[in-house]
Amino acid sequence: MTGRLRIAVHKFASCDGCQIQFLNLEQDLLTLASRAEIAHFTEASSVTQPGPYDVSFVEGSISTSADLQRIREIRAASRLLITIGACATAGGLQALRNWKDHDEFVRAIYARPEYIDSLARSTPVSEHVKVDAELWGCPIDQRQLKRVLSDLLARVAPRIPGESVCLECKRAGHVCVLVAKGEPCLGPVTRTGCGALCPRYERDCYGCFGPQEDGNTLALGRRFRELGLSDEDVVRRLRFINGWAPAFRAGAQAWEK
Amino acid sequence: MSSERRIEVPVLTRVEGEGALHVHIDGTRVADLRLNIFEPPRFFEKFLEGRSWKEIPDMVARICGICPVAYQMSAVHAIETAFGARITPAIRRLRRLYYCGEWMESHSLHIHLLAAPDFLGYSDAMALAQDQPGIVRRGLRLQGLGNAILGMMGGRSVHPVGARVGGFYRAPDQAEAAALLARLRAAAQDAEDLVRWTADLKLPAVARQAPFVSLRHESDYPMNEGAIVSSEGLNISAAEFDAHMVEHQVPHSTALHALINGKPYWVGPLARVNNNLDHLPPRTLRLAEGTGIHWPSTNPYHSIVARALEIHFALHEAVAILEQYTPPDKPFVEIIPRAGVGAWCTEAPRGILWQRYEMDDGGLVKKSRIVPPTSQNQAQMEADLRASVEENLCLHDDELRARLEAGIRNYDPCISCSTHFLNLTLKRT
Ligand code: SF4
Ligand code: SF4
Repeated sequence: MTGRLRIAVHKFASCDGCQIQFLNLEQDLLTLASRAEIAHFTEASSVTQPGPYDVSFVEGSISTSADLQRIREIRAASRLLITIGACATAGGLQALRNWKDHDEFVRAIYARPEYIDSLARSTPVSEHVKVDAELWGCPIDQRQLKRVLSDLLARVAPRIPGESVCLECKRAGHVCVLVAKGEPCLGPVTRTGCGALCPRYERDCYGCFGPQEDGNTLALGRRFRELGLSDEDVVRRLRFINGWAPAFRAGAQAWEK
Repeated sequence: MSSERRIEVPVLTRVEGEGALHVHIDGTRVADLRLNIFEPPRFFEKFLEGRSWKEIPDMVARICGICPVAYQMSAVHAIETAFGARITPAIRRLRRLYYCGEWMESHSLHIHLLAAPDFLGYSDAMALAQDQPGIVRRGLRLQGLGNAILGMMGGRSVHPVGARVGGFYRAPDQAEAAALLARLRAAAQDAEDLVRWTADLKLPAVARQAPFVSLRHESDYPMNEGAIVSSEGLNISAAEFDAHMVEHQVPHSTALHALINGKPYWVGPLARVNNNLDHLPPRTLRLAEGTGIHWPSTNPYHSIVARALEIHFALHEAVAILEQYTPPDKPFVEIIPRAGVGAWCTEAPRGILWQRYEMDDGGLVKKSRIVPPTSQNQAQMEADLRASVEENLCLHDDELRARLEAGIRNYDPCISCSTHFLNLTLKRT
């Protein structure tokens, strides 16, 4: 491959926060624009170029029938496809609909449900097409994003760490909110990337970076029960921003009566 | 008929979220104009049901990546109202500081990365930066300062983790506050220059009549508190909001349209400035008067100047709060859940954001409603665009399309948030 790296950023069902992490790169955004070709990024530019792209970053979950078609087209037009954020990687907070009666939701919100194109489930991109790398987080972390971008610019495969928030938190020397405060912290089962932000802010992690590679959600659930949480509390804890991620999904189900 | 024209903007760019515009012109008449929002619905209000008060600030933040603080602030105040909890003056000041960060970040991002390229003839800020690097870098510096305030209060600017019902999990220490204060003071000139620069842009001269709706506080420029007022005499509390503002569904949009007593209305920075000129601190007011604009202004394009004025205001407000700052003993008040209903409205960067919660005695949400600013502005935006088409029939299609796109962006529509609302009361006729 020759010439500048052609980058695209695509949006599906999301809050736009992961794209905002690009726009909040501040001066580094200008550097990126000078080193790569930002070929398609509708939130940032009126000029949009058709594929093929070297890398497509995808934000948002798949939640309408039109989405299903578009994600296949994007896959076909992209050499690498990288999901950004909890929505694209695990279905996002909106995947909470996956446990509910979707049609009832639509009827409750819209007087004319027939105008609304919405699938029963909100699902991650990887349920539909091949994904080359996943950047977790709600939102993605800018340091991780920058590392991935420099890997890509250097034409090496991006590497994304999979250890737990808990390890990072201990290294940073924060007071453990689970032990010291008895708060139901998800740090032991959550993937690192945020810099152990919540413990630094003296509160419990709520799992916004999704499951770490080999966390034991069952053991942590038992620990939460000892802290006085009810079964329903434990279910809600895991069934949250990354609730549809398999490890959290299974963890929550174990406590559901 | 040969005079029939169609203008299509299939994908709106430089806006948050996904939308499109369709215009059908028949001779000199706009036969049809639709601002089409196809942001997939995410049903937030439904899945807030059954969730604990502790989870709500982290959940509603995810409605919008560019104004998570606004969602958190309306939610915490509404839930505190339902529980009968009262925050301390120290927490009130910290919440104001937190909001200053979001206004600075969101407004700077909009002015430089989304709107300014329109008025200067560029496709995006990256291209603008090649010719006028100083302008874009100044904007990014101010945006960065907004991010720094949010970073101090909540660790990050998108979905910060520090806010809770009752206050904050952690208060900044003295050293952090002092470091930030120094950075803010050093940017005072940037903020002043920015106002003058926006006022010198070649902005279209138009006038639109619609009620301006904003909060109004007894003494301060409004952020977290105040009555909901309009330039036409409305003056209500947040609890009365849904008696006056009615949402209804239109076929071409997943966002519901809101009307005030059956008419479009207008929220956002221009409405705030117009309704609260006398509450701007003297130095911001002097700058406003120095722009040569006759305030209150009915020109929607003056929104960019209003945003710059609010950046200036927020910067000095943050400085004033930090100058007086000593860490509070405890950054939150204890929360005792009880059954109740609470409604609240705060000023998101894009205008008033209303939320209402019905809580049970265990502190779980029974019912919630959220009405974001973009849904409130939609009807007004369409009315404005119709007028723009009629005024600009002589333009070629490409120019007209560009003009309309700029007109939409000028409202800073946040389409990702504009969609997840519910429980409209629809009158079938
Ligand atoms: S992952 Fe979180 S921050 Fe990113 S788009 Fe989804 S909701 Fe927004
Ligand atoms: S500590 Fe947990 S919830 Fe907090 S930012 Fe990190 S991953 Fe997200």
